[in-house]
Amino acid sequence: MTSETPVLSVSSLVKRFGDVTAVDGVGFELMPGASLGIVGESGSGKTTTARILAGLDEPTSGTVLLAGEPVTGRSRRARLHRARLLQMIFQDPYGSFDPRQTIAESVAEPIRLHLPDLSGADRRARVAELLDQVGLSERAGGSPPRELSGGQRQRAAIARALGIRPRVLVLDEAVAALDVSIQAQILTLLDSLRRDTGIAYVFVSHDLAVVRHITDTAVVMRHGRIVERGDTETILRDPQHPYTRLLLDSIPVPGWDLDRVARDRRALDASR
Amino acid sequence: MTLTIPALRARGAKRRRRRPLAVTLAIAFLLAAAATGALAPLLAPHSPDATSLLDSLAPPGTAGHLLGTDSTGRDVLSRLMYGARLSLLAPLGVVLLSGVLGTALGLLAARAGGWVDAVLSRLMDIVFAFPSLLLAMLVVAVFGPGLTAPICALAVSYTPFLGRVVRSVAIQEGARPYMESYRAMGFGELRTTVRHLLPNMTPVLLAQSALSFGYAMVDLASLSYLGLGVRPPAADWGSMISQAQSAILQGAPGSGLIPGVAVLLTVVSVNVLGEHIGGSIARRGEGT
Repeated sequence: MTSETPVLSVSSLVKRFGDVTAVDGVGFELMPGASLGIVGESGSGKTTTARILAGLDEPTSGTVLLAGEPVTGRSRRARLHRARLLQMIFQDPYGSFDPRQTIAESVAEPIRLHLPDLSGADRRARVAELLDQVGLSERAGGSPPRELSGGQRQRAAIARALGIRPRVLVLDEAVAALDVSIQAQILTLLDSLRRDTGIAYVFVSHDLAVVRHITDTAVVMRHGRIVERGDTETILRDPQHPYTRLLLDSIPVPGWDLDRVARDRRALDASR
Repeated sequence: MTLTIPALRARGAKRRRRRPLAVTLAIAFLLAAAATGALAPLLAPHSPDATSLLDSLAPPGTAGHLLGTDSTGRDVLSRLMYGARLSLLAPLGVVLLSGVLGTALGLLAARAGGWVDAVLSRLMDIVFAFPSLLLAMLVVAVFGPGLTAPICALAVSYTPFLGRVVRSVAIQEGARPYMESYRAMGFGELRTTVRHLLPNMTPVLLAQSALSFGYAMVDLASLSYLGLGVRPPAADWGSMISQAQSAILQGAPGSGLIPGVAVLLTVVSVNVLGEHIGGSIARRGEGT
């Protein structure tokens, strides 16, 4: 496998729920160590796309290639193959741990599943290393999730996802539920993890400031379609699609013109 | 292993929250009833089946017969102690059987969804609609009296009672992000269900089981009363009440009232305990 092979390659992905088409012909590529933003509002299909990548939903049609190989189905082999290469971080840091397990036990679970030959001592060492890597104390590792703050839990979720050294991390609104100061900490952590491990990110978010910080390239989704793609900086500085402009104008800044935003939205909705 | 200690400590601290007096009394009564049943041969002053027509219908407090005797002169206290065995074990059997069946079916329905859920749910509705006592009497009519047939029949008719609760709780709990995160980690449905979903549901299971224990006890006592359960002369509280009918007419209510009170206290105790467990789930829900 050369570094020229995209680690994740998605083409003409379609997902229908009954009459609703949530994802409509989405395609993109992700090179190893790259970071791609998927931007859009609620209902734009970005979370569904992320869930398909993680194998939580099956696409109606289209293909997902991981390291050049197609992944489909929920057979044991397919499941393990996919999880080895791609892990996901969820929006809700409060609910993403089994309340009966300590953080360290939760972090150990995927290692136990994917590296069953690892001895107990080695596994504990790996867990300690992971917790250290995300800046969690040994004491936090021994606590049940309810005793940790949201930021600590999201750190723990990152540690759990990194445990089996996946090549892609899908982050679905991973910092949206956190305070702004905590957001910054987590983003800084993600940045340094990417530099250290060479992992690639698919960063799903409605928050353009966050996307600007964490991604190199981005796609903008609306009604299940990609309406604009390119370098994150370029898109955010010089948006081509009216919807991207609208998203940018919707951010509250000094001199913000709410009426103009509402007018633009009506015009955009009418044009469709 | 050392990592689990803080979690245990946290749980221990929670348990130390003051337990209501009623719950303490309920636990004490159930333990005492179970102990007397288990140790009946040591504790009972007489053989439960020894008849003595000369001593028949002695009132409670008679020398040698603390709780009196029944119409054939058998010692009520001894029969009460021996009766505790069947009267507690039979409902326990019903609860365990229906617990296993109900949990399995409820989890299957919740996790499989789709047509499996639809079929299982309707099936449980049908069984739920059928009166449990009637089903038990039907089974006894077919298989003859004894305890096995009514226990199985009651277990089947109690299964939807637990199954429906398990299904709805499993759907609710299964939608929580941690279950999804285990799927995304590559774990299979069976393993996440058994290792993560089920343990998080145990308080609900315990609370429901406690409630069905109370129902099962009353139903089994009713069957015994109707002469369809335990075969004489074996003692159980339901048949003791039924055999005391004539004695009540003769003005000696003791031999019927005493086992009746035993049934009542047991059912109340189990329900108090079930309510308490159910209440602590609600508290846990507020906590997280």
